[in-house]
Amino acid sequence: MAKVRIPQLLRANPTETWLVIVLLLITIGMSLSSAQFFTVANLFNLLNTSSVNLIFAVGLLVVLIAGGIDISFAVAASVVQYVVATLLAKVGGGDWVSGLVLGALVGAALGAFNAALIYYFRIISIVVTIATFNIFFGLLMFFTKGVSIYNLPDWWIHRTMLIEFQQANGAWADLTLPVAIMTACVVATWVLIRHTSIGRQLYAFGDNPEGARRLGINIAAMHFVAFGWLGLMAGIAGVAQVHYTQQVVPNALAGRELDVLAAVVLGGARLGGGRGTVLGCVLGVLLISVTQNALNLLGISPYAFKMIVGAVILAAITLSNAPLGKMLAAIRARRST
Amino acid sequence: MSDNPTTLDRRTQRSWFRRITTRLGAENIGLLLALVAVITFFGLMSPQFLSMDTFNSVAFQLPELGLLTLAMLMPIIAGGINLSVTFTANLCGLTLAWFLHVNGGPEAGVLAFVVGSVLAVGVGTATGLVMGPVIAYTGAHPILVSLSMMIFVRGLGEFLTRGADISGFPDFIQPLGHGSIWGFPIPLLILLLAVGAWHVLMGRTRLGFSNYMIGSNIEATRYSGIPTRRVVTWIYALSGAMCAIAGIIMMARFNSVRVGHGESYLLITVLACFLGGVNPFGGFGKVVSVFLALIVLQLLSSGLNLLGASQHLATAIWGIMLVAVMILRWAAGQLTFLRIKR
Repeated sequence: MAKVRIPQLLRANPTETWLVIVLLLITIGMSLSSAQFFTVANLFNLLNTSSVNLIFAVGLLVVLIAGGIDISFAVAASVVQYVVATLLAKVGGGDWVSGLVLGALVGAALGAFNAALIYYFRIISIVVTIATFNIFFGLLMFFTKGVSIYNLPDWWIHRTMLIEFQQANGAWADLTLPVAIMTACVVATWVLIRHTSIGRQLYAFGDNPEGARRLGINIAAMHFVAFGWLGLMAGIAGVAQVHYTQQVVPNALAGRELDVLAAVVLGGARLGGGRGTVLGCVLGVLLISVTQNALNLLGISPYAFKMIVGAVILAAITLSNAPLGKMLAAIRARRST
Repeated sequence: MSDNPTTLDRRTQRSWFRRITTRLGAENIGLLLALVAVITFFGLMSPQFLSMDTFNSVAFQLPELGLLTLAMLMPIIAGGINLSVTFTANLCGLTLAWFLHVNGGPEAGVLAFVVGSVLAVGVGTATGLVMGPVIAYTGAHPILVSLSMMIFVRGLGEFLTRGADISGFPDFIQPLGHGSIWGFPIPLLILLLAVGAWHVLMGRTRLGFSNYMIGSNIEATRYSGIPTRRVVTWIYALSGAMCAIAGIIMMARFNSVRVGHGESYLLITVLACFLGGVNPFGGFGKVVSVFLALIVLQLLSSGLNLLGASQHLATAIWGIMLVAVMILRWAAGQLTFLRIKR
């Protein structure tokens, strides 16, 4: 086995390194100031609450690597929830496997719809997905009249625990099934983009589409793989999200797309394509949920969460895009002229 | 070599058509056709469509979306985007509401309103003055910068209001949202003024010209001696100021301020820009075309409303329309491509 040199690894992944350092700092600081932070229950809680966003995030990562962007996936997940709930009610309930498979298929079909518009008519992805956002959401609200579905099969809304135990202080720690689904999705995405030739092609295509085309990479396939994969993940995330909310609300996920996008780009994926890792993406999502969790434990008003998270992201982007050394050099250059 | 008599004849025959298309621009002709199509369709479907009621409903609803779209337009032409427009408008409305409340709420005077409005515009400009330099100096992606600004501004607004409605304003604000001058709705007048200002700014000033150049090729613009960073900062500052005007109109229209008012407009403003022929990569796009696109969108929604369909169906049709227009543009591009090839 080749020896991995740590400093080299750090230099090769500056974003991930920064995220790990910041996460460690928050963890150390919080462990000192709150007894509840560094407990298994809180860790499980963090995983439970961020699993849906993580599934979305790794899906979006693939699209960003391929040089696209998608605004419609969260709304697509809402469409999936409705379709799955309605279809399964007709066949008598179904179970986890049929629910996830159906959700993944419907989601992938919606993603393929985006890909088809982007590829066949050469419309750029932000235009297409803003249009499909409105189409999906408008039609969903129109056909459902904004009514939620409460009558869902047992397997879906009855909390399925993976691990469950009582801590020394009496609090229950539990890890729910969506965390396992999330882990599977993260690993699958990692395998796709790191260990298959399709994954290498996605990076190449995202970095330089014309170059990739001349190399003989199938451009149509790249579009369908990227947007289809995000659709697939969005479908799965949609099914998993119902497990927490215990109902299907048509406008529950609209608006989530921008939060996920911010987290993924915070994790080092580049808008414009060709760069991004699963690790960074996961760390980006975790940084935001850990920040929220920490603010919560510190007793700060929930109304202030978004403000602080927004400020953190704004600061992170500014710093990560402008390495201080470069900025100082620029200022010095300016003074000398 | 191609100047033989027959082609010349054909050219002169076609020239009136050419002259109109070049005068109006192909974009505007398409939009005018869409406008005529929408008016004819709903005129035939519903006898009430061609009436003052429709005009009034469009005239009073269009300004909020229109002003926000103008705020979105400048950054998009510069090759960027400002995703914080809706919440910035809320925050600016909130600023004005706060100032009015400090000065007596319903009893506040005209002076308080004027000062409050100036403060609101200041807050809007300030958001742009944060985003602009971050985008211009660090090279961070505008989507990301404005997105985090959006999250921050929304959070700030929610923190200040705790999600509540702020109301209780002096009566003289009412006409700003509901009044008319000689039968002409005041919000529409304000929108027309703003469209005019933006049209002049984009077409006749150095800043507007630099904006188009930056959208086409920022490096080339920089090398030709235009201070691109300062221009980008100005663009986002002006975008924020326009959000403030939208926020003030929204406050007068709803007679209250709540963070989240008009939240759904965000993606619609981008949609309206693209529908109006603005290049998603920046560099091209006309204020007048976007205004036409806005009228088409609003007429569609008002018409569907008359037929008893919900706003949600209108939203879906807006999306379908954007896809259809993009496909038509692609087809038109293919045609010219084939013609050149031949």
